[in-house]
Amino acid sequence: MLLQVKNLSKHFAGLAAVDDVSLQVREGEILAIVGPNGAGKSVLFGLISGLLRPTSGQIYLQGEEITGLKPHLIARKGIGRTFQTTALFDQLRVLDNLAIGYRLCTSGGFWSTLSHSHRWEEDKNRTTAKVMEALHFVGLAEKAFHFVPTLSQAEQKRLSIGIALISQPKMILLDEPTSALILEDTEQITDLIKKIYRVRGITVCLIEHKMRMVMDLAQRIIVLNFGRVIAEGTPEEISKNPEVIEAYLGGEYVA
Amino acid sequence: MAAIKFLRKKWFYVLLLVLALALPFLITNRYHFQIVIMGCLFSISTLGLNLILGYTGQASLAHAGFFGIGAYGVALMAKSGISFWLALPLSALLTALIGFLIGLPTLRTRGSYFAIVTLCFGVIVSIVAGNWIDLTGGYTGVVGIPLPNPLSIPLAGEINFQSLVAQYYLVLAFLLFTLLVMHRLVYSLLGLSFMAIRNNEVLAGAVGINPFAGKILSFVVANFFAGLAGGIYASLMGSISPSTASFELTFSWLVYLLLGGVATLAGPILGAFAIPVLMEYLQSLVEYRLIIFGALLIAVIIYFPRGLMGGFSTLEERVRAFYGRRRGAKSAVAG
Repeated sequence: MLLQVKNLSKHFAGLAAVDDVSLQVREGEILAIVGPNGAGKSVLFGLISGLLRPTSGQIYLQGEEITGLKPHLIARKGIGRTFQTTALFDQLRVLDNLAIGYRLCTSGGFWSTLSHSHRWEEDKNRTTAKVMEALHFVGLAEKAFHFVPTLSQAEQKRLSIGIALISQPKMILLDEPTSALILEDTEQITDLIKKIYRVRGITVCLIEHKMRMVMDLAQRIIVLNFGRVIAEGTPEEISKNPEVIEAYLGGEYVA
Repeated sequence: MAAIKFLRKKWFYVLLLVLALALPFLITNRYHFQIVIMGCLFSISTLGLNLILGYTGQASLAHAGFFGIGAYGVALMAKSGISFWLALPLSALLTALIGFLIGLPTLRTRGSYFAIVTLCFGVIVSIVAGNWIDLTGGYTGVVGIPLPNPLSIPLAGEINFQSLVAQYYLVLAFLLFTLLVMHRLVYSLLGLSFMAIRNNEVLAGAVGINPFAGKILSFVVANFFAGLAGGIYASLMGSISPSTASFELTFSWLVYLLLGGVATLAGPILGAFAIPVLMEYLQSLVEYRLIIFGALLIAVIIYFPRGLMGGFSTLEERVRAFYGRRRGAKSAVAG
C-alpha cells in the first residue's frame, strides 16, 4: 500500500466537496480518478498534496500519517503533482523549471552557496545531469533554453510533468494531464504517462475526463460523484457498472 | 551586434573594474567625488532591495528603515569608542536580526499587503529615531560620528580615511563584496528557488521549496546589506538624523531599481549612478525634475518592464533573432 486515504472530508462553508472518501493507491499502479465536474476530484488532490487542510479524516503515505502537512513537506516525502491549469514558472527557461523541480534533492544552503563548497559543486553537477535526462525523457531537449511562454500547450503539459517527476517521487498526481489538447497530443501524453510508469517505476494517480484514454491507461478506476466514491474497479468492471453509467458515462462511453 | 557582444565579454567587466579603480585619477572635483561615493553606497542598498523585491518578488518598503538601523548602530557604537571595523559588521548583523524578527510576522502577508506593512515599519523606525531622545538624540540626530579607524595594511602601510580617495576605495570594496555575494546567490539553485517563489508560490511549494523560509532568507540578506550601507554612510557623513531612515529614500532606491532594471545585477548600479547624475545635470529645472522622472518611470514600466538592463537584453534578443532568421533563410536556400 503506497497511499491510504481514510474517511477524508472537506467542507467549504458547510458544503461537502469531498465527503467521507476512503481509497488506496497501490505501489506501482496507474490509478485513474474520474467523475463529473464538481465531483471533488481536484479537491481530493489538493488535500493529498497539502494545499488544502481536510475537515476530517487521515492520509497515510507508506503507513506514515501526512494529514495536514504543508505542501513542500509532502513534496519532500515523495508526492509530486501537476495542476489542472498548467502551472509553470513562466518567467524562466525550460531548464530552469526542471532545475527547480530537482531542488528538493539538493542541499545547497545559504553558506555553501556563498562559499561554493564542494557539496554545492556536486549538487550543481548532479542537477545539470538530471535536467538533461529529464529534458530527453519528456522530449523537450531542443527547447531547453526557450522561455515557457514560447512553448505550445502540449509542450507546457509535458514540462509540467517533467517538473513533477525529475525528483523521482514515489507517486505522481496528474490533474487532467491532457485537458485542452487535441487528439494527437493526447496520445503523446498518454505514451509519456506509460513511460513514467514503466521506465521510471513511479506510481501514477491521475484525474481525467477522456474516458477512452482512461480505459486504455488505467489498471484501476475510482469514480467520484458529489464528493463520494460511487464505484471502484478495473476498467471493464467500471464500464459495466450501472450506477457509473447513470452518473457519469451516460451515453458518452456507449457511443 | 558587435557592440552588444562586446558587452557580454568577460573582459568588458575587467575594463569596467579598471576604470572604477582609476576613477580617482579622472575625477578631481570634490563634489563629483561625493556623488560617486553616494552612488556606490546606494548601489549596495539597492542591490539588497533587488534581492527581496526583484528576485524574490516581495516588495519590501522598509528598506530605508533598515538602512537607518544600520546607520544608528554604527553611529552609536563608534561614538562609544568601538572600532568602526567591529561596529560595522555588528550593526549589519543586528539589522539582519531585526529583519528576521520583522519578517516572521510580515512575510505571512502577500503582495500589496506586504508592501503596506513594511512601509509602516519603515515609518515607525523613523519616528522612533526621532523620539527616543536618550539613545538617538531625537530629531537633531547624532553628530560627530568618527570616520572609519585607520587601517594598517602590510606593505601599503597605514591608511586613514580622511581623504575622499580613500573613502571611495572603501565603498568600492564593499560594493564589490556585495556584488560577489549577490552574484553567487542569484546564479545558484538557491537563487532559482527565490525566483520560483516570485513566479509561482503554489507550484514552488508543490515541488518541495518552502516559500516562507525562502522569503525570510532573502529578506534577512537584503536587510543585512541595507544595514551595511547605512553603517558606512553614518561613518563617512559624520552625522545622521531620522531622515536617514525616511521612506523617501526607499522610494529613490525603488526608482533606481525600476529604471536600472529589476532582477538584474547591473541594473541597480546603473540606476544608482545614472539617476543622481541626471538629477545633477537637470538641476536648473528644480522641482520639475520630478515630473520628468515620473514620466520616465511610467514609460519604462510600460515599454521596458525590466528597466534599462532589460531593455538592452530585449534589444539583443531581437537583433539575434533577426540575424538568426537571415542565417536560417540562407541555410534553407543552401540546403
